[in-house]
Amino acid sequence: MDQFTLNLVFVGITFAIYVGIAIWARAGSTAEFYAAGRGVHPVLNGMATGADWMSAASFISMAGIIALAPAGGYTQSAFLMGWTGGYVLLALLLAPYLRKFGKFTVPEFIGDRFYSGGARLLAVICLIVISITYVIGQMRGVGVTFGRFLEVSTDTGLYIGAAIVFAYAVFGGMKGITYTQVAQYVVLIIAYTIPAIFISLALTGSFLPQLGLIGDYAPGGGDQTFLAKLDQVVTELGFTAYTADTPNMLNMFLFTMSLMIGTAGLPHVIIRFFTVPKVADARTSAGWALVFIALLYTVAPAVGSMARLNLTTTMWPNAVAGNALDGDAISLEAIQTDPKLNWVKTWEQTGLLVMEDLNGDGLIQYYNDKNPEMQALAAERGWQGNEVTKIDNDIMVLANPEIAALPSWVIALVAAGALAAALSTAAGLLLAISSAISHDLIKGSINPNISEKGELLAARISMTGAILIATWLGLNPPGFAAQVVALAFGLAAATIFPALMMGIFSKRVNKEGAIAGMLVGLIFTAVYIFLYKGWFFIPGTATFEDVPANYLFGISPLSIGTVGAVLNFAVAFGISAVTRTPPREVVELVESIRVPRGAGAATGH
Amino acid sequence: MSGQDSDYWRANVRIILICLAIWAVASFGLGIVLRPMLEGIMIGGADLGFWFAQQGSIYVFLVLIFVYAWLMNGLDRKHGVDE
Repeated sequence: MDQFTLNLVFVGITFAIYVGIAIWARAGSTAEFYAAGRGVHPVLNGMATGADWMSAASFISMAGIIALAPAGGYTQSAFLMGWTGGYVLLALLLAPYLRKFGKFTVPEFIGDRFYSGGARLLAVICLIVISITYVIGQMRGVGVTFGRFLEVSTDTGLYIGAAIVFAYAVFGGMKGITYTQVAQYVVLIIAYTIPAIFISLALTGSFLPQLGLIGDYAPGGGDQTFLAKLDQVVTELGFTAYTADTPNMLNMFLFTMSLMIGTAGLPHVIIRFFTVPKVADARTSAGWALVFIALLYTVAPAVGSMARLNLTTTMWPNAVAGNALDGDAISLEAIQTDPKLNWVKTWEQTGLLVMEDLNGDGLIQYYNDKNPEMQALAAERGWQGNEVTKIDNDIMVLANPEIAALPSWVIALVAAGALAAALSTAAGLLLAISSAISHDLIKGSINPNISEKGELLAARISMTGAILIATWLGLNPPGFAAQVVALAFGLAAATIFPALMMGIFSKRVNKEGAIAGMLVGLIFTAVYIFLYKGWFFIPGTATFEDVPANYLFGISPLSIGTVGAVLNFAVAFGISAVTRTPPREVVELVESIRVPRGAGAATGH
Repeated sequence: MSGQDSDYWRANVRIILICLAIWAVASFGLGIVLRPMLEGIMIGGADLGFWFAQQGSIYVFLVLIFVYAWLMNGLDRKHGVDE
């Protein structure tokens, strides 16, 4: 069977499973549509949360972002700590109390706790901006993966993906999404770890990639550790050492913190904890979610660093056992004829890897041509610049099975895994959007007397609308795919997380304080990002050039969410101190959510 | 809030603060701020700070959540607020 047919079979089988689950798990009530009837086992909810959380970015891009970071792989550790440490905050500070609150959406809590329709509306706006910006990337991920593995255009891939999400999200709601996500988690984790295990075995002799990362480099005879070898090879070619320290500790600190509190404030993650039966289950379920997430996140740094070494030693064959520059660079002829180098050809065709023989010597010299020492060496040896002109981050994961010469079914599995990661996150985001519209806007303010049946229909129509908008935005991306992540995390960190935390841990913060705090967090964070990334992300409208020299105290727009959150807290406490205390029934609400007893009996109405 | 419930809440907040202190030391402390000072200490082929930033902090987070859940289950029962 050729590769294309295999890809088709694997993707086809997984899609059939998702649709099968959709038919089995139709939602019959709003409680099932919004919260899967609150009957999901904590371990299964943990698995679903893992798939919900791990997006196309986690699966396809993260390992490459770490591996190819110009300042070294260590500097991008913020992604690893930030995207896992947020679950500690969720488990300790938010999930159990919001589960006890016992309703369906994040804006609903903010509206009730701060006794204000305005606060609820503001939360809905933040939620929609966060989720819509996030979902565009997922829809693109679906389209691109289809395009790469199934030989259809990106647009066609996007339509197919949207149709599959429609099938289980519109009919099954949270119930259908939850059980589909469990299946998608299994697919994506197998697809991620199998190539990693084989590559770790080949490079370090260690079966576990987590141990391979700190193990010895096997092809060199084992007298050097893997990380030391990687540092040696990349520095020889003029790149920054892989384990080099961060040039800006304050920024790394704030970036890690922004990702942590942003994670804890993402509505599509928070609502997953509304599906478990009890408060105690919400706590353990966050733990299980992190178990399933950690399976990928502890493997990712190994995948990235090993792929970087494999790529470099492919370009400089002598680097495997000795020094790269003692031998010749890889020749164009070898790339064309050596079957082991087939993957270089394959990925060159996709445009993710671009090489140019600038000096016409028939060899491809890969080195850092910005480094003055390398420029001197290049002049001596007659090189005209780095001849590997583009290495896309995504190649570090997508080309792994081929680099490790794994059988073609593994490649098909990676295709199915990438689709599972993108589809599961898209579905979770779409549910968060549609429940905010049908429950917070329609039932909450436009038509409070709507019947259960009417609300369920409204929820399905909102979901359909959300899918159509997401598909349209995926087809016509506003050209800011990378920047939007900063906005989503920054806003979640600066608006939703502080509002929820103060709502639970303070009885004193009132309506005026919460609204002012959210507004300040929202405006400050969005403006700081727009200043460097362009107003409303329109290209060419940035006020300052997006380089570290221009940043306020060296804080990048990616890290500003932490500052926005601090401002939110400060303004909310300040304003609350000089305005009226919250009414008696709100204080009672806060006291009731702090105690687990009685969550099972609470209903959504 | 009854006296019983406010005792329960104070005990909960104390546990949260201890857990968050460990959370911060493992990630921001060992993984970022203290890394330059701990350069000589190796875990296999990685220095301590690098290992905590890319592996160790995640394991600490995992243990923390389950320990918190376990402590709170005990606290819930002690104060009679479990379900």
